[in-house]
Amino acid sequence: MIAFDNVAYNYGGGELLSDISLRLAPGSFHFLTGPSGAGKSTFLKLAYAELLPTAGRVTIFDRDVRGLTRDDVALVRRRIGVVHQDVQFLDHLPLAANVSLPLMVSGKAGDPRDMTDLLQWVGLGQLADALPPQLSGGERQRAALARAVIMGPDVILADEPTGNLDWEMSLRLLTLLVELNKMGKTILVATHDLNLIRTAKNQVAARVLRIRNRRIQLAGADL
Amino acid sequence: MIASVIASLRPDRQADRVVPPSGHTAWLTVFTAAAMTFLAVFALALSLASGRLAERWGGALANTATVRISAPPDQMELQTAAVLRVLETTPGIASARALTDDEQKALLAPWFGPDLPVEALPLPRLVEVVEGPDGYDGEGLRQRLAAEAPGAVLDDHTRWRRPLAVAASRLNLLGGLAIVLIGAAMAAMITLAANAALAANAQVIRVLRVVGARDDYIAAAFVRRFTLRTLAGSAAGAVLGLVGVALLPSVDEAGGFLTGLGFQGAGWLLPLLLPPVAAGVALIATRAAAFRTLRELP
Repeated sequence: MIAFDNVAYNYGGGELLSDISLRLAPGSFHFLTGPSGAGKSTFLKLAYAELLPTAGRVTIFDRDVRGLTRDDVALVRRRIGVVHQDVQFLDHLPLAANVSLPLMVSGKAGDPRDMTDLLQWVGLGQLADALPPQLSGGERQRAALARAVIMGPDVILADEPTGNLDWEMSLRLLTLLVELNKMGKTILVATHDLNLIRTAKNQVAARVLRIRNRRIQLAGADL
Repeated sequence: MIASVIASLRPDRQADRVVPPSGHTAWLTVFTAAAMTFLAVFALALSLASGRLAERWGGALANTATVRISAPPDQMELQTAAVLRVLETTPGIASARALTDDEQKALLAPWFGPDLPVEALPLPRLVEVVEGPDGYDGEGLRQRLAAEAPGAVLDDHTRWRRPLAVAASRLNLLGGLAIVLIGAAMAAMITLAANAALAANAQVIRVLRVVGARDDYIAAAFVRRFTLRTLAGSAAGAVLGLVGVALLPSVDEAGGFLTGLGFQGAGWLLPLLLPPVAAGVALIATRAAAFRTLRELP
């Protein structure tokens, strides 16, 4: 799916990530943790080709990101659902239109019943006509997840998806991610919330990666 | 490239929704297009009118000349007859005739009034010369006239015709240049408006890129909107400009150069070409601005 081979990334003159090698296998569930500023968001941006590595090679769906045209990047992103902590929507469009945005930009006609099912799955069935500024933080995160999965992507990348949520809402979002993983989706969640990771490990066979000293390592029992 | 441009103009209600409908750039674009097209209509009218004027002045003066005979009253008839004889035998001259007293009086009436006693004044006699298609030897004719009628002077209008024709053709050129400058100014203003709209909608563009929108799709949403706004504004400006030109005084009422500032016949249709041209300018300007902005995004 997504592979990093000896990847490094320099940011503002300093090296943020160094010698990163990793493969996200289909259907796997990974957590990526580390302190703030360790490079978790940068790692995710490299994984969906928003950034290019300064050294090494990132391949997405067996294609080197350096060889991707801008149109190729757009096509790749249709196969990767991304959920950000500070998720952004088109504030002038109702929730249902925002969630179906990936379908709209790819010229696909969505089935309204699927949209209803999807919104109900994330618990937003009653808010289809609401505008994004009217949504709470938890509702925005769930809406972002719905938008991320509407195209049936192979991979879902979530960057601190529970950062602005209370514990109850975080668990709800985690449950949705676990359900997606059970459907065969590859999941990578960047988070510094260790409680969330411990809870998730009771529900799914997740690997936990940690960024330390610019390198990535498998987290052990000290988690 | 061309297919992409055409595709960007194809109506797409879904895509049009992704760009917020309002904003100050909306009325700015419409107003700019309307104002610039309004000015372009007048520049076009000026250019066409000066072109006609240059043609008219050139045509009216090119084939005629005048022989002016200044002689004592007792020799006037003799010298006039001599001049006419010379002219009749000059190759390249189609016809020549002496103006009558009434005709000379009519020529002077605008300056001295209708009651001018022409016969009491020592006015020169004017002989109208019409040139043949092959032209005549002006210098040879001057020498022959000097020999046969010492008081006769040939005026072939060159010194009048040349500056008038040059002035008219310069006006024609300036009219065309004004249209080009108006088009360039409109392109610059629409580019600024498009850049402002793109900057104001940076979040929209980022979201669209994250969910997998191609640059063509994003650019088309902006290009379509700006092109249609420009087309609408320009159409309004063209109509207002045409009304303004139509309301100018007619030639019959006042006469003079300004009264000829208008369109004739099919010329009235020319301003209708301005809105599509303006829309084309907007399309190119917005597309360039959109792709420039998009290239800066990951």
